[in-house]
Amino acid sequence: MDRVILHSDCNCFYASVECLYHPEIRNKPVAVGGEPKHRHGIILTKNQIAKQYGVKTGEPIWKAIQKCPSLVIVQPNYSLYQRFSQLTRKIYLDYTDHVEPFGIDEAWLDVTGSARLCGGGKEIAQEINRRIKSELGITVSVGVSWNKIFAKFGSDYKKPDAVTVIARDNFKDIVWPQPAEDLLYVGPATKRKLNGIGIHTVGELAEMPQGYLHSRFGKWGDVLHDFANGLDFSPVEKYDSVRAVKSIGNSTTTIRDLKTNEDVKMVLFVLAESVGRRMREQGFKGRGLSVSVRDNQLCTVTKQCKFEEFTSISLEIADKAFWLFKQFYNWYHPIRSIGISVSDFAHDNVPTQIDLYHNEQQKMRMERLDNTLDVLKRRFGNFCVQRASLLEEPSLTRFNPKDENTIHPVGYF
Amino acid sequence: MAVPVYKKYVNMIVRCYPDGRILPLAVYWDTGKLYEIDRVLDIRPAASLKAGGAGIRYTCRIQGRETYIWLEENRWFVEAKGYPEDQDAG
Repeated sequence: MDRVILHSDCNCFYASVECLYHPEIRNKPVAVGGEPKHRHGIILTKNQIAKQYGVKTGEPIWKAIQKCPSLVIVQPNYSLYQRFSQLTRKIYLDYTDHVEPFGIDEAWLDVTGSARLCGGGKEIAQEINRRIKSELGITVSVGVSWNKIFAKFGSDYKKPDAVTVIARDNFKDIVWPQPAEDLLYVGPATKRKLNGIGIHTVGELAEMPQGYLHSRFGKWGDVLHDFANGLDFSPVEKYDSVRAVKSIGNSTTTIRDLKTNEDVKMVLFVLAESVGRRMREQGFKGRGLSVSVRDNQLCTVTKQCKFEEFTSISLEIADKAFWLFKQFYNWYHPIRSIGISVSDFAHDNVPTQIDLYHNEQQKMRMERLDNTLDVLKRRFGNFCVQRASLLEEPSLTRFNPKDENTIHPVGYF
Repeated sequence: MAVPVYKKYVNMIVRCYPDGRILPLAVYWDTGKLYEIDRVLDIRPAASLKAGGAGIRYTCRIQGRETYIWLEENRWFVEAKGYPEDQDAG
């Protein structure tokens, strides 16, 4: 028997919540954007009216205002969005315990078990859509299908405030004529490559022999082939409010462009301390490190490497991140934003293999130092102890990624 | 023309039961008048599109008239008529 999978996507989530709370701007073009003074001046979400003016998510605020001079810019209020996100999940949990959030405003639901009880997947989708509208005052688009990929496709297919069913008898009519980049995990780079071999729609991708895709794209070729044919069998994970964390990262857009290695080093220290502290709080050690850099031409590069051993020591993370940065960045352009992320976790009480050629005592001392600093910062605030190197330019380093930012993008795998 | 409505946070007298239920008993309006709630007719999560908010909506009968009162996290609000600066509104 086929599964019944729903994908629910809150339409223009941030903007919808803001419009709910500010009835006076509800009929105006509204965008939620960062603080231009701190150079976080991009559009995070826009409402339907702003969309008609061509305002796009991710573009700078000044550009959006050029397109739509009457645009109302609202500052983001993340705690409010978190609350609404929790409330939507509470509604989903009335139908199934298999609720897998995908970012703050989307989730998959496996309602196979309750579909018969509630009349079917479409009926549940319509009920969720109706309940969120009346209980929370925002709208959702829901996709119904037998796998997660097409369910997501369905929720993107018709917006806002809609239910789309993609069944085995109509998916070739609905999904296949659409451009290939509408499929999850076909980004601009993959799209370019696909177009290069004459694939423009999902249907063309689906009908391509799997072996050929494999030879062109490796294991991603197999994934793309399966996605396009609805052969995705990945389960919808069970919901528990403390989800398995796969990585911890922080990034920042600095108040001015970074121009030298020294600038970068300072900022990496702040980020590494935040990441390290968050890992220690949750009892993790990590072995994978990735550093992403966006230059002032808005071009992003991400590189990864591995630690020799599991670690959560801030200094080790910072040093390794700086090392990695120096390996790949060639300073063609100054840097606008930079981020680091640690992954591949183990619990911090796992036995570790001690290395004969490294000073383990030194490592233990560093751990103790970090723990002491954590306690101090918890009791007396984030800025009570700082590295001297950060004081060279306090305006550049005086931000607190740990407490100021809590929303992170997620990946499917 | 429709009367404008705004979100007005209000002083409430409520009863908290040992099992966690909360029941509003009276609204203390800022004119100094206390409006007793005769009866709570309905309790459900709902959004207020007019006032702008979402929480638990209590449908109450006050002096024979049905009215909504919201509990949003730990604050109570009503859909008040008039303008925010107009203290006697409602």
